[in-house]
Amino acid sequence: MKMKTLATMAVSATLAAGVASADLVIPDLSYRTGPYAAGGTPFSDGYQDYFNLLNARDGGIGGESIRIVECETGYNTEKGVECYEATKGEGALIYQPLSTGITYQIIPKATVDQIPIHTMGYGRTSAANGEVFNWVFNYPANYWNAASVMVNYLLDENGGDLSGKKIALVYHNSAYGKEPIRTLEELSAMHGFEFTQLAVDHPGQEQKSQWLQIRRERPDYVLMWGWGVMNQVAVQEAANIGFPMENFIGNWWAGAEHDVTPAGDGANGYKSLNMNRIDASLPVFGEITSLVHEAGNAAGDGSNMGSVLYTRGMYAAMLAAEAIAKAQEIHGVADVTPAMVRDGMEALEITEARMAELGMSQIGPEFSVSCENHGGSGLGIVQQWDASAGAWVALTDYIESDMDVILPLIQEDSAAFAAEAGIEPGCL
Amino acid sequence: MLYREAGDFKTSYQADSQTFPIAFDRYRYWVVLAFAFLVVPFLINDYWANALLVPFLIYAIAAIGLNILTGYCGQVSLGTGGFMAVGAYACYKLMTSFPDVSIVIHIVLAGGITAAVGAAFGLPSLRIKGFYLAVATLAAQFFLVWLFNKVSWFYNYSASGQINAPERTVLGVAVTGPATEPWAQYMICLVFVTVCAIVARNLTRGALGRQWMSIRDMDIAAEIIGVNPLKAKLTAFAVSSFFIGISGALFFAVYLGAVEVGEAFGIQKSFLVLFMIIIGGLGSIFGAFAGAAFLVVLPVVLKVIGVDLLGWPTDLVAHLQLVIVGALIMFFLIKEPHGLAQLWRLAKEKLRLWPFPY
Repeated sequence: MKMKTLATMAVSATLAAGVASADLVIPDLSYRTGPYAAGGTPFSDGYQDYFNLLNARDGGIGGESIRIVECETGYNTEKGVECYEATKGEGALIYQPLSTGITYQIIPKATVDQIPIHTMGYGRTSAANGEVFNWVFNYPANYWNAASVMVNYLLDENGGDLSGKKIALVYHNSAYGKEPIRTLEELSAMHGFEFTQLAVDHPGQEQKSQWLQIRRERPDYVLMWGWGVMNQVAVQEAANIGFPMENFIGNWWAGAEHDVTPAGDGANGYKSLNMNRIDASLPVFGEITSLVHEAGNAAGDGSNMGSVLYTRGMYAAMLAAEAIAKAQEIHGVADVTPAMVRDGMEALEITEARMAELGMSQIGPEFSVSCENHGGSGLGIVQQWDASAGAWVALTDYIESDMDVILPLIQEDSAAFAAEAGIEPGCL
Repeated sequence: MLYREAGDFKTSYQADSQTFPIAFDRYRYWVVLAFAFLVVPFLINDYWANALLVPFLIYAIAAIGLNILTGYCGQVSLGTGGFMAVGAYACYKLMTSFPDVSIVIHIVLAGGITAAVGAAFGLPSLRIKGFYLAVATLAAQFFLVWLFNKVSWFYNYSASGQINAPERTVLGVAVTGPATEPWAQYMICLVFVTVCAIVARNLTRGALGRQWMSIRDMDIAAEIIGVNPLKAKLTAFAVSSFFIGISGALFFAVYLGAVEVGEAFGIQKSFLVLFMIIIGGLGSIFGAFAGAAFLVVLPVVLKVIGVDLLGWPTDLVAHLQLVIVGALIMFFLIKEPHGLAQLWRLAKEKLRLWPFPY
């Protein structure tokens, strides 16, 4: 039997080897199945559609066509590792796993293999310190920015004073959900609000006891770090206990259409952060429709166009494409290597003029990346769900986060990682 | 056809009761071992190690462990994931507290700690059995995962609740941490698998294994012929948990390198290992290997065929996987409750009698 197994393995590996070509290889570690598929599907659709658009419109990036290698992870770290190993041999240029768990898993591996990782608004927050995490980027904003943006928004709502207020955090009981706790504890000490934590276990369908506790303790505000099916359940539970929705704020992974629509009118007024703007009238969507969807190359079923997470997936693809273009410019070759793409990411500068040129004016903040700062500008907007119109309405412009609080935390956490992993901080 | 047994006589009881009494089986066993130890390490690359061989070897240890408890002693357990978590966290705490001690010792100690925890959670088995025991072990599963999430001492107070394996070496070669070579990863797992399988095989055919099997077959009759159920059941829990703890420690330290308990050691893990021994064959060491290989290799093969070869959408293939694995489990439960091991046993009987099998 052992022999038979090995024979099977030999066959499968030969099949997996496939053909290697000179394209720009972009792996898409997506998840279209499981309890997190509702979020993973539109993101992956947007991510792939944008690269397909570049192929159809510009013939790729700098004349090199793009080849997307999709691999289903199911938001599962073991499958994520398998996907990483399966795709890296094909010459993968950049990884965007859309999972904090998988990110933690592949940070050490990708650092050894010298392949850049871009974890846009997720992953390990302290990767913003590029001197320790040379190969990991999390621009334009990270979880600690998000926590601080939320608190700054609430400060603004309350005339600059949160003392004596009760703020509860409902979080996914995983590395993802635990990320903001440190920052919120720090901010709670600074602004004098009372901070309570309520963990929700994977996948998040059971939240009765957490919301019972909220009903009993009556916090002034509830913040949420949720993902997948957990978001829908939380919004529904909040509506069930009659929690005032305008005091319930999710982070940017808990603020998509599919999170609020199941609760119907009950979700009206629910707020969430966003790191990019939602505007279905952007010219780029027209181009995707005519050049990708009508040509029959739509990723998925093509129904997610313009939604929150589709837009964000497209934005992530745009940032990757810009970094590759930058790498081609720096090194003067079209067929770039992962190491060159890393240089491009570190020299990336996103301006409004460039975004307008790409047909996505105002989609994200202007920011630039440097070796010291892999985290971008750290801005976020607050948006609110209008159930009758069925749309997210941006309430604010980009809100600054409190970098005085966040930077020391980033330094502390990255220094701890550097000591643990034996890394000598420095620029490449 | 393959078996030519003429002249294969036994002249001592010892020779007659060895693990592989047929000469051909014995040679094949040595060939497989030689291939695994002397050939595979030179061929292996990152993909093979991380996607197939290392998870197969680690799950094989877990399946051997669960098979001792469920297959040999008849005690249904749904706590495998939790016990693997005990192994992983024990290994992490030992690794970070005593960095100078060899990782091999830490892994064995992690198995020992898991054995103690497993024996403690095995106490209810003295009063309850069957489904009720399954529910009690389910409680162990949820309690242990909750514990490792709740008490930050277990993950050294890290902000994310993740545990990360620092680099450790065996004979100067890194076996944990990101810089590990695939052959080193593979070899450490292979050594543990080999030792565990040999130990398990010899335990199960000795006095202890016979006590376990008598408890499984009829506990009252076993008690009447003088088997102490307290001792038999608790040793089964302890030995089983020891193997599962070793597999959990390897799973964390060598295979993944970073885990969060709810995701890596959740209830799905318990079911996965249970499916392995059901498909592989209850009460068989070979079955543990067959089941682990089947459930590790099958998804990868389906993915390679569906996505890379046929170009189907990844979500369709992922859903098909669930359907196929589910259908196979039902098929085995109905058609061959003794699993792949029994299929192999029947095939072997036929091969031995070939060309006149009956």
